[in-house]
Amino acid sequence: MTHHPDPAPVIEMRGISITFPGVKALDGVDFRMFPGEVHSLMGENGAGKSTLIKALTGVYGIDAGTITLAGEQVSFSGPAQAQASGISTVYQEVNLLPNLSVAENIMLGREPRRFGSIDWRAMRRRSAELLAGLNLDLDPASLLGDHSLAVQQLVAIARAIDVQAKVLILDEPTSSLDADEVAELFRVIRSLKEQGVAILFVSHFLDQVYEICDRLTVLRNGKLVGEYLVEELLRIDLVQKMIGKELTALDDLEQRARSVVVDESDAALFVNAAKLGRRGAIHPADLPIAAGEVVGLAGLLGSGRTEFARLLGGIDRADTGELSIGGKPTKLRTPRQAISHRIAFSSENRRDEGVVGDLTVRDNVVLALQADRGWFRPIPKKRQDDLAQSYIQALNIRPGNPDALVRNLSGGNQQKVLLARWLAIAPRLLILDEPTRGIDIGAKAEIQKLVFNLAENGMSVLFISAELEEVLRLSHRIVVLRDRHVVADLENDRLTVDSLLALIADGSGDDDPDGTDAADAAGTPDGEPVAALAAPEASASDSTTTHSTGGSR
Amino acid sequence: MSALLARLVAHRLFWPVVMLLVLFTINLIAFPGFFTVTVRDGHLFGSLIDILRNGAPTLIIAVGMTLVIATRGIDLSVGAVAAIAGAVACSIILGSPEPGSPATVAVAVTVALLISLVLGVWNGFLVAVLGIQPIIATLILMTAGRGVAMLITEGQILTVNSPPFKALGSGFWLGIPIAVIIAAVVFGVAALVTRRTALGMFIESVGINPEASRQAGVRARGLLFVVYTFSAFCAAIAGLILTANTAAADANNTGLFIELDAILAVVIGGTSLAGGRYSLVGTLVGALVIQTLVTTVYTVGIPPIATMVFKAAVVTIVCLLQSPTTADALSGFRRRLAVRAGKGVAAS
Repeated sequence: MTHHPDPAPVIEMRGISITFPGVKALDGVDFRMFPGEVHSLMGENGAGKSTLIKALTGVYGIDAGTITLAGEQVSFSGPAQAQASGISTVYQEVNLLPNLSVAENIMLGREPRRFGSIDWRAMRRRSAELLAGLNLDLDPASLLGDHSLAVQQLVAIARAIDVQAKVLILDEPTSSLDADEVAELFRVIRSLKEQGVAILFVSHFLDQVYEICDRLTVLRNGKLVGEYLVEELLRIDLVQKMIGKELTALDDLEQRARSVVVDESDAALFVNAAKLGRRGAIHPADLPIAAGEVVGLAGLLGSGRTEFARLLGGIDRADTGELSIGGKPTKLRTPRQAISHRIAFSSENRRDEGVVGDLTVRDNVVLALQADRGWFRPIPKKRQDDLAQSYIQALNIRPGNPDALVRNLSGGNQQKVLLARWLAIAPRLLILDEPTRGIDIGAKAEIQKLVFNLAENGMSVLFISAELEEVLRLSHRIVVLRDRHVVADLENDRLTVDSLLALIADGSGDDDPDGTDAADAAGTPDGEPVAALAAPEASASDSTTTHSTGGSR
Repeated sequence: MSALLARLVAHRLFWPVVMLLVLFTINLIAFPGFFTVTVRDGHLFGSLIDILRNGAPTLIIAVGMTLVIATRGIDLSVGAVAAIAGAVACSIILGSPEPGSPATVAVAVTVALLISLVLGVWNGFLVAVLGIQPIIATLILMTAGRGVAMLITEGQILTVNSPPFKALGSGFWLGIPIAVIIAAVVFGVAALVTRRTALGMFIESVGINPEASRQAGVRARGLLFVVYTFSAFCAAIAGLILTANTAAADANNTGLFIELDAILAVVIGGTSLAGGRYSLVGTLVGALVIQTLVTTVYTVGIPPIATMVFKAAVVTIVCLLQSPTTADALSGFRRRLAVRAGKGVAAS
């Protein structure tokens, strides 16, 4: 296997510098990519990855340096020009139009034309071909908004592939995909690689980087750390290069998390959901959460983990079952009511359901607290400043300016602002849906540590993450969901990633979970977990999700 | 020094204020006494006072409109609401045995304002509860409202002879036109209530990201009721001033097209029609620009048939100067200048 069959790089960036007001975002960075390689750009939040990508695609002008594409010096005035020259990008947050059809989204801006008007048949045919190339069984005429985030991501990739790309940039393409979909994506990436496309794969998942990438470039604080062959760089070395220090804090955490004993008597229960469910979202299920307990929800995308959490956060209304909070039966109709019971729900979709981008960091931090007080009792300005400042420091939010607009912050820092908003209401139950998605290792560790400390101080946490290691590390108890059923509720004492994967993939050994009550039987808190029968490898082939096209149904 | 200038140019009120100053200058050249304010019979007189007084109804409506637009909405029904308010007040005064008594006028004004609250709640209901798009929801009242006003006036132009009522439009208090005082009070109350409480932040939050606001516990529905009701209330106040000024309720023409002037004032003031951050001071400047424009047409002697075209031209220029594309082009230009200057220093 050669890493660069063609010795001439297709992209060569030299001495790139970009300065934003007050920040040197990139400082003399060199970067190159060869045809037919998968290259990864690694670094913490704020290292300059996004800025470098935007410099390459013409979104930002560069203050110094040169960009060479296939031997010719180029200077793009915008992404459209870069795309016309063969550099296609799929950004982290899907930037498509949910109100248009899949086909329209794929072909937007370059619709096939016939006699001056759009050739709809050709458009559908071409989209169907592209989707088939991604092994995606999707009606091109269906509305994009009707599909899950994961499918939308694949559509965005289909759109990027349609252009005759020399360079394909995938910015966090897998952050909302489940294992099956990631495998699909990798298949596509490998076939594009064989066609000589240079692929820039940016991801926080180290496993995926090591699986798919040939070479990687590490940035830190806007400066180049180095370029390495993936097979020659140990993971621990990579992490050290990225964060510039040794990371041992996480190991300590794990030891502590598992040694805590939580009082699970009825009196200590903060929230108790009994047969709580909602048609089309989650089958009725039980979930007791004690004060100071961290409960992990594990399951694939579409397994009902988010849907279940939304019922507890008052985002959606439950149509069956009972919920008691602090021992009293309660019905949650709105997020507002949940907040008044000190239950905070932090959405996985931070752009659309989380932060308010055009408001300042300060406004975003105080928003929920202020909403709870009502409009007529404003939080004094001084107190707002104190709150914002203390969370900026506690969570290490950068830039540390309470007057900065949140939309100008990086994804990880936006997540921290969202977290600060919820911590400000002093929640008794904090529901975190994918709080660490798409953010770097340093911020991830900070958030994990925070969750842990909060639980020690008596706050209950419901923690959802696609990363099982993370769920295992933090949770006292893990509730496993599959196909919108709770299939297991286990103490986290002898669980491993493998046994958890087996449960997620095939917890009961039953091929048709609908119409059986096995889920409920397995869902009792004290019930012995169903034996993990299936091998871990089964997870990739046997899982059935509502979104993916593969699977055993 | 140049950094200060750059910050000044980047300020969102820079171009509207420049436009206002340009219009003032044109007026001053055409009519040297433009800035002169004299005291006659204990009242302030002068072109500037006229601009403030005639611009008061537009400003009042634009204040309400600003808050509606900040929530991603729009209120097209303000002209019709103004007509209804005028019609209600005039018909009450006409039906009263003592049209000239302050008590009658007080009752008429109060009833007109109360009816406007009902109309505002109706708009709020359509938008917040039924979820109808604001432009459609308020279009209903925009068309139907004129009909309602016609029913109230029975198709006639109701002329009233009531000095206390007329004073609302053309009277003075402490030498200042009452209409200007009313506008100042509406503006001040709106600014205080939205900025000294959390109302303004909630309005912006809902306008920027409704779902995130809902999940943060902001009561968007109640908020929409408040802004549409406030908008209708402002429209009614403006309608009363307009009607009082001519002492006649004309269901067809009171407040005709005033919604467009109000929306323009808001947009010129830098509040985006896409909702979110709003600026009441911007709206004030916007309303002044529009009214000064109308005055300019008269002082410069532009033929009345060309008035609309002239107005359109000025508005186009302001919007062009404010557009993000222009801002980008300007900042790119400044940046190149700075780079060139930097290189020059390095070379020397």
